[in-house]
Amino acid sequence: MAEDRNVAWREELRKSLSNKERTALTRVKMNELEPAYRARVREEVNQGLTKEQALQESKRCLDCPNPTCTQGCPVGINIPGFIKNIERGEVLEAAKVLKETSALPAVCGRVCPQEKQCESQCIYKQKLKKEAVAIGYLERFAADYERESGQISVPEITCKNGIKVAVVGSGPAGLSFAGDMAKKGYSVTVFEALHEIGGVLKYGIPEFRLPNRIVDVEIDNLRKMGVDFVKDCIIGKTLSVEDLEKDGFKGIFVASGAGLPRFMNIPGENFIGIMSSNEYLTRVNLMDASNPEYDTPIYKGKRVAVIGGGNTAMDSVRTALRLGAERAMIVYRRSEDEMPARLEEVKHAKEEGVEFMTLHNPIEYFGDEKGRVTKMRLQKMQLGEPDASGRRSPVEIPGAVVDVDVDEVIVSVGVSPNPLVPNSVSGLNVSPKGTIVVNEGMQSSIPMIFAGGDIVRGGATVILAMGDGRAAAKAMDEYLKK
Amino acid sequence: MNKIVSKENFSENVIKLEVEAPLIAKSRKAGHFVIVRVDEKGERIPLTIAAADVEKGTITLVVQKIGVTSIKLCSLNVGDEILDLVGPLGRATHIDKFGTVVCAGGGVGVAPLLPIVEAMKKAGNRVITILAARTKDLIILEEQMRKFSDEVIIMTDDGSSGRKGLVTNGIEEVAAREKVDCCVTIGPAIMMKFVSLLTKKLEIPTVASLNTIMVDGTGMCGACRVTVGGKTKFVCVDGPEFDAHQVDFDEMLMRLGAYKEEEKADMYKVGK
Repeated sequence: MAEDRNVAWREELRKSLSNKERTALTRVKMNELEPAYRARVREEVNQGLTKEQALQESKRCLDCPNPTCTQGCPVGINIPGFIKNIERGEVLEAAKVLKETSALPAVCGRVCPQEKQCESQCIYKQKLKKEAVAIGYLERFAADYERESGQISVPEITCKNGIKVAVVGSGPAGLSFAGDMAKKGYSVTVFEALHEIGGVLKYGIPEFRLPNRIVDVEIDNLRKMGVDFVKDCIIGKTLSVEDLEKDGFKGIFVASGAGLPRFMNIPGENFIGIMSSNEYLTRVNLMDASNPEYDTPIYKGKRVAVIGGGNTAMDSVRTALRLGAERAMIVYRRSEDEMPARLEEVKHAKEEGVEFMTLHNPIEYFGDEKGRVTKMRLQKMQLGEPDASGRRSPVEIPGAVVDVDVDEVIVSVGVSPNPLVPNSVSGLNVSPKGTIVVNEGMQSSIPMIFAGGDIVRGGATVILAMGDGRAAAKAMDEYLKK
Repeated sequence: MNKIVSKENFSENVIKLEVEAPLIAKSRKAGHFVIVRVDEKGERIPLTIAAADVEKGTITLVVQKIGVTSIKLCSLNVGDEILDLVGPLGRATHIDKFGTVVCAGGGVGVAPLLPIVEAMKKAGNRVITILAARTKDLIILEEQMRKFSDEVIIMTDDGSSGRKGLVTNGIEEVAAREKVDCCVTIGPAIMMKFVSLLTKKLEIPTVASLNTIMVDGTGMCGACRVTVGGKTKFVCVDGPEFDAHQVDFDEMLMRLGAYKEEEKADMYKVGK
């Protein structure tokens, strides 16, 4: 990275504007659809930056000699490198820089919590006490620009080495791993249990935040790099690890995700109309259930409560609005400060009319004679001492309960690792929580099996999963070349 | 992929399909199920595997026309392909030498019971199979069952075949004359509920294979959850078979009706 900072055009670019002029510029605002309109449609809320906005924002980046932003990126994107390419007007070059380390730039530009990663390490934030360079918006801009230009570059593939590796799961960890291994010359096959490639990017994250066609373009790009995809195939069920070995696969990367949704185990939780966010979002996103032409049914609640305060909860509650909810509520047991969701998601949800019932926790559900949920009983909470997560813990206020009418409840209180693969591979070291135990090189107790993403972490973000994919690719490459 | 190689009408509403699925045929065991999606706009539904032929690379599914998806599936012909077929899913049946095993099936539940009957027999059990249906025409797989059963008892609601009565009458009759060590039941939820109530009274350990609503079938959605022994379980990964005496069948019956209205409203798609 340091070398390319010294290329002539970059030195010139730095001189073209003084740091004082650069820091005097204000951070660009994302173009968004109007809340009243967007809350009833599936269109993407964030509309991206115009070329003019992106050029202007790229000027804010000081092209630091020791850029701290890159240290905040789990996949190590050359951030100043791509931003300076935007500034000099070479947006396609910028996209190429992104693809050197990220298999999914258009996805990351949309769903990464940049404010907690690269942007939190930006010199503007660290030293100047100003708003960070909008790295995420610029990343999205470069990726979108390339896609819309029709001149999509395919990363260079080093000479094919003929070694076969398998990937279990086609979510962000698996795709990131597949991209890196293909670049290194391996023959990569990705096995996916569902009928669509993309994992959580398809079944989980809604269209209004990450359109499926964006994900498909990134997957196509991997296909062009020679990655094979096999749908409807469950490793550990349809094919065993032994089958893969017999088939000549020398390494396996397990990225099967955090499948199992958690419930709260409170009375009435199995009434009809109460479901996990995984079920709700899968019906809507993967199965297109709200489209009458599709066969999968969905219940379109009028008074919908979503339990939880994470990004998945925000996705669910905003989906409920789009399916016609008159009242869409977030019920969260702590206060807004402790919410794990991205600030942007909370802001968007509020703008769209979502009610936030913080410091409330459901303790019981009631149903009608058909078993359909009609009411939830909430325990009011207050904040106590910090708990193991470092956040102030929710404590019940004795006797303070309130009943709220609901006709649909989406439980979004976390997920557990998918047990299918861990259960079916003998000799695999699995933690009591069900996650696969790996070393720093993402290698499991079985040397040929590596693992990453939520099956190792138990529930994290797209970008951390992608970082695992990269780390595993590096380590598996070293292992296989020994 | 997933080509239909043979099709047989068991009755007007029950169809047997033999589908090309070599990997599933090889890896499946008694009790496993598959998830099927018929076409691009289709939903994912679970179907228990009725048989498999490893050499031919096929599995057999028995489907009853109930809703949009099952009607679409039954309208496929030999040579057509099922868009998506994934499996084998769920835990296999616990096969052991129990002694005397009663296998009690009703409706299309008889189909997934067949591989269990076969496996139980091969494990050295005395197998008494009870097949129940509303009427004679709806009794399926009788011949195949006889191959692996020491005795087959047919029960029909109207007495048009075998004896008049319910599957529970058959179980009572067997239990009255000999010691039964284990019972396996597959059929409509309401039937399994009454089998379970009876065998609990008779103190016969009983396994029921549950057919709940599923979306992904791999543990991801939780649509299939049931209460077993006071705890929430997922049929797709914890089941589909459970200790019947621990299953809350009333809750299961309630949850099976979750999308009744939506499903009814969709029937226009298949001309109903």
